[in-house]
Amino acid sequence: MEILVCVKRVPDTETRIRIGDGGRSIDPSGVKYVLSPYDEFAVEAALRTKEGLGEGEVTVTTFGDDASQETLRSALAMGANRAVLLEGAATMDGLTTAKVLATEIEEMDPPLVLLGMKAADADQQQVGPMLATLLGRPCATAVAEFEVADGKVVCRREVEGGTEVLELDLPAVITVTKGAYEPRYASLKGIMAAKRKPLEKKPVDVPESALVVEALEPPPEKAAGRIVGEGPDAVAELVRLLREEARVL
Amino acid sequence: MGKVLAVVEQRDGSVRSGAREVMSAAARLAEATGGEADALLIGGPGVAGSADQLREYGAETIRVVEHEALATYAGEDHARVVADEVRAGDWAAVLFSATIQGKDLAPRVAALLDVPLAQDATAIEAEGDRFEVVRPVYAGKAFARVRIDASPVLASLRPNVFPAEERQGAGRVENVSVEVDLAARKSRVVEFEAAGGDIPDVAEAAIVVSGGRGMKDPEHWHHLETLREALGPEAGLGASRAVVDAGWRPHPEQVGQTGKTVAPKLYFAIGISGAIQHLAGMRTAGIIVAVNKDAEAPIFKVADYGVVGDLFEVVPRLAEEIRMLRAEG
Ligand SMILES: Cc1cc2nc3c(=O)[nH]c(=O)nc-3n(C[C@H](O)[C@H](O)[C@H](O)COP(=O)(O)OP(=O)(O)OC[C@H]3O[C@@H](n4cnc5c(N)ncnc54)[C@H](O)[C@@H]3O)c2cc1C
Ligand SMILES: Nc1ncnc2c1ncn2[C@@H]1O[C@H](COP(=O)(O)O)[C@@H](O)[C@H]1O
Repeated sequence: MEILVCVKRVPDTETRIRIGDGGRSIDPSGVKYVLSPYDEFAVEAALRTKEGLGEGEVTVTTFGDDASQETLRSALAMGANRAVLLEGAATMDGLTTAKVLATEIEEMDPPLVLLGMKAADADQQQVGPMLATLLGRPCATAVAEFEVADGKVVCRREVEGGTEVLELDLPAVITVTKGAYEPRYASLKGIMAAKRKPLEKKPVDVPESALVVEALEPPPEKAAGRIVGEGPDAVAELVRLLREEARVL
Repeated sequence: MGKVLAVVEQRDGSVRSGAREVMSAAARLAEATGGEADALLIGGPGVAGSADQLREYGAETIRVVEHEALATYAGEDHARVVADEVRAGDWAAVLFSATIQGKDLAPRVAALLDVPLAQDATAIEAEGDRFEVVRPVYAGKAFARVRIDASPVLASLRPNVFPAEERQGAGRVENVSVEVDLAARKSRVVEFEAAGGDIPDVAEAAIVVSGGRGMKDPEHWHHLETLREALGPEAGLGASRAVVDAGWRPHPEQVGQTGKTVAPKLYFAIGISGAIQHLAGMRTAGIIVAVNKDAEAPIFKVADYGVVGDLFEVVPRLAEEIRMLRAEG
């Protein structure tokens, strides 16, 4: 089975975020970029599905600038077979991204499309279900584990109040959370092999977006906290503060 | 400007607590724009019975869709129903809860309507004839102010951030009938396993008690259970990734960059060091309390109140004092 995984290049989760000069985006200098953590889960899920079925191919794709090649190579190093870079500038508007991906996916027509539950930059958590809707395909979000059999994919989702098992007809779109998919490390051999795997570059038309980032701001300053005291003797004072000062008890 | 629609969530025929927050936010926004706030409630037969709660939070008109096949959430069908309603109406803004369900539903609706969506908003304001939405990005390390030049403006609201305020609305119930073609469904819920009794999910709980590797053993979680119980029915349990990875706690409890983002009014970090990826999930909490034996632990930098000490001594005392306090009323 053909599996397509949509991935994104994002700042490493350890990175300190500084606002750039224009005040609308981050200052990229000194930022280390990585394959978004949830996308790693999605790549892992795709590889395991392929291995389980004993056949098929995993393609990874991203809509982004030239530097995103590096991200695609990381996914290839984990074991994906080939990569497609949809060259263009992605924004915070997931609908634009979903449209770009949908156009491409209609052409490739993979039965299973995997995405991360959310990208660790804008945290929009929307591209997957938007993409599925544009394609008219069923979608399961926040999937912890899934299995493909008999033209269907059975998904275990962690939802409010419990665990849901959702069955989708293929072709389908799934967004993956960590669940069962602790990502493998790329081996040295994998990293070497990735350099020779096919990576196709395609410039894309980017539809106009109606979502405008007017400003990016640092988080509101939080007044420095205080150490109430040491050990169990501090508890009475802590409870008093929670009740009288913070008024949360 | 115009009217604002709150798409409210229900489960088992009752309106979810987060729905009051969305209804309230819609009412405040509508007031600012000189319009009305309405609600859209979708559920099984009898769900109209919970419309009262929406009236008390400012709903003028409550559009109620009752259908057997919509008693439990079905993404594709719910999205189509919401989109059809929105197309037929004249709402300038449509608000959802940024719960797991809301974050699944809102993007589908946005795609059907061909308008952008701001997920997980922490503020929404009327600016002249536009709406401005503030939403955390980079796991809360920055906030983006966004404007949507499309109509309607779609946003999902982060739970526990928008206060639920009582205000009487007219609450006119209007029944909407819809068709659902079960045979055409491409996805089906085949099983649902309820978790953890009545404990609220960590992402929705108004108070969260989280434990980390400092708890040393999963057997010790009864200390946190006792504290949670002392704090009452609004309190839920959370965990750091270290303890989830160790298999001590289930992944749905994980708070952080690769877990849930929570914004309760009160967050307890017990035996959690405060790694940047953990902070990503909880730094917007109202009040943060940390208990850690290491005075240098980074969690103390974000904690409003910290206690340096052995959690096995501090937590039982804390649970007891809070239990006594609540018993006194
Ligand atoms: C890509 C990525 C994503 C991640 N996502 C997440 C995420 O979503 N959520 C998350 O939490 N982490 C996440 N992490 C992991 C994160 O970096 C930390 O490793 C993790 O949060 C540490 O968990 P901890 O605080 O429980 O453990 P530790 O860092 O080991 O801290 C334990 C703390 O307990 C204290 N302690 C020990 N004994 C006692 C005692 N008796 N009394 C009081 N205090 C005591 C210690 O002083 C210490 O501060 C992620 C990491 C990466 C790389
Ligand atoms: N520019 C992009 N190119 C390819 N996939 C993307 C892109 N942006 C988001 N995605 C996918 O959509 C998921 C959710 O992203 P988001 O909705 O932005 O949180 C990500 O984890 C990726 O799998």
